[in-house]
Amino acid sequence: MTYATERQTSEGKVFTVTGGDWDTVVGGTDPLHEERIVVNMGPQHPSTHGVLRLILELEGETVTECRLAVGYLHTGIEKNLEFRNWVQGSTFVTRMDYLSPIFNETAYSMAVEKLLGITDQITERATVIRVLMMELNRISSHLVWLGTTGLELGAISMMLYGFREREYILEIFEMITGLRMNMAYVRPGGVAQDVPPEAIVKIREFLDMMPRKLKEYEALLSGQPIWIERTKGVALLDVTGCLALGVTGPVLRSAGLGWDLRKQMPYCGYENYEFDVCTAQTGDVWGRYEVRVAEMRESLKIIEQCLDKLRPGPVMVADKKIAWPAQLAIGADGLGNSLEHVAKIMGQSMESLIHHFKLVTEGFRVPPGQVYVAIEGPRGELAAHAVSDGGTRPYRVHFREPSFVNLQAIPAMAEGGLIADVIAGGASLDPVMGGCDR
Amino acid sequence: MVDEDKGGVPVSMPPVGSTSGAPAELPPASPAGRGMFGIQGSGDTSGFGGLVRRKVRVASSPRPFGGWFDDVYDALEEAFGGLDDAIERVVVDRGELTLHIRPDRILDVCRTMRDDASLRFELCSSVSGVDYLGSDERRLHIAYHLTSMTYQRRIRLECAVTAENPRLPSVTSVYPTADWQERETYDMFGVIFEGHPNLTRILMPDDWEGFPQRKDYPLGGVPVEYKGAEIPPPDRRRSYQ
Repeated sequence: MTYATERQTSEGKVFTVTGGDWDTVVGGTDPLHEERIVVNMGPQHPSTHGVLRLILELEGETVTECRLAVGYLHTGIEKNLEFRNWVQGSTFVTRMDYLSPIFNETAYSMAVEKLLGITDQITERATVIRVLMMELNRISSHLVWLGTTGLELGAISMMLYGFREREYILEIFEMITGLRMNMAYVRPGGVAQDVPPEAIVKIREFLDMMPRKLKEYEALLSGQPIWIERTKGVALLDVTGCLALGVTGPVLRSAGLGWDLRKQMPYCGYENYEFDVCTAQTGDVWGRYEVRVAEMRESLKIIEQCLDKLRPGPVMVADKKIAWPAQLAIGADGLGNSLEHVAKIMGQSMESLIHHFKLVTEGFRVPPGQVYVAIEGPRGELAAHAVSDGGTRPYRVHFREPSFVNLQAIPAMAEGGLIADVIAGGASLDPVMGGCDR
Repeated sequence: MVDEDKGGVPVSMPPVGSTSGAPAELPPASPAGRGMFGIQGSGDTSGFGGLVRRKVRVASSPRPFGGWFDDVYDALEEAFGGLDDAIERVVVDRGELTLHIRPDRILDVCRTMRDDASLRFELCSSVSGVDYLGSDERRLHIAYHLTSMTYQRRIRLECAVTAENPRLPSVTSVYPTADWQERETYDMFGVIFEGHPNLTRILMPDDWEGFPQRKDYPLGGVPVEYKGAEIPPPDRRRSYQ
């Protein structure tokens, strides 16, 4: 039975492999004289976390050269931002790295606030809610990493467990924001709406449940011979390599450098929370696994402190020239402006209507200048470089996406290793192509 | 399928009252300007405000810059021979320090920034571009965001080149991480980084024409691979007159 079709070209035989036909490829080459094989992996491949394409040059099972092709998910978000007002930007940036929407929104909102010069005016409650949401999001993102990496390395049950617990977090998100993903919840000036009391109850339940689940994951993986074989000593990258290639986040910390922007350059009041920066010394996939699981525990600690810090108060800046005019409320037809607000602008106050109309259609003006705001995302330094020309729309917003920068490290980790370890190494970077390609 | 005998309208029919074949086709130009708001230039999609692109003038900041900014500037002056020659402007704004560097000196400055013991900007966080069309003769700006992990500082280096000769040295020999980020800047702005090992498009297709993030590149207006249709740029979309 043959599947692989072969074709003669000037550079040698080309096989189109569709799956289950590796034997025909190997059988079609002369192992003594044609040891070099170029394999194209992706962009549609179950192990490439989206649409990443790897071009691998193999000698036997050893990778001699690895090249990456990205851009398959480029959506022009940065260009589109320039044609919408500053608040509308939230709905775009939340869709970049779809596993960490809250981080994208927070980085963007903080950049806009810094341009406006209102960083100090963000209310205490809004800041605590941002931290709370970010840490929940960090756990959900790490859970996807743990689940998919488990799947790729043969621990399929891990995938089911990881997504199961992530689902719980998405339900919390839905309760708070109305949406499971791409929430556009963090907005310039604060957050879109307050956290309902039911959500606090659900978060408490989650805090009770999650430590037990983390123990289960470790019981499943940490002593497991296959998991150890596939991760220990695989895809090594030391601190020097990380810094040269710009790799930050859990991968850098797994190499032993405790660089975490939440500690080193605190924002959103992270200096007032008690938590540790998790590191490992091994610099391999195993170290990255340990760091991420430990980080989930630290995030739980931060979430607990957030709940204690949460005091009643406004969640938007007081400045009416910037704040979204209406509070959101859930009506019979879904989420929208609250009924009282609609009644006021439609029935009572012409000035309120004009104000609402101007702010919603035209938006607020942002003084000219440029800022660079970086936060610690689940994958490393996530930063927004925002430029304003004084108008109501961004002049230019560039995102320093950790997925994009970190992916450059794959050749350094893969070359000289086995082809099976390319999967483990690539997965350990936790790339999200929506963020990489934007 | 629509049954014409029963009063349905076939899909291929032009919309009632239309003078042009496709909805996206440009209506005849009127002397009153284009569209409801007479949009020209950037093509604002909200139709309000910001219709005029502002010209931004960047002013230099005087000494002292404040805080550690002076330390960094002094250290750079000491470590880098002839800094006055290489620096065009120093801007302190919103608590961020920007050094405007002459494009041909950027590689040397980056090397000093990374290696000097009192500077130690080990990490190049980000390289990106901004197009200041109409407000700067050298419209294409390249911004390098460097991070010093030792001193926990951030700094921005900025270079400006013209669109006619958008060339400056690549910093990949100092910061290998700039590799993809320079490729992205080339892809989006057409800036040519000399000495880059593999300066090709990275996000757009290899055979793409034009540089999408430039300000004179429209949003839309590109052919789409669907029945030969084309998305018009916002300032040339169907308008109401």
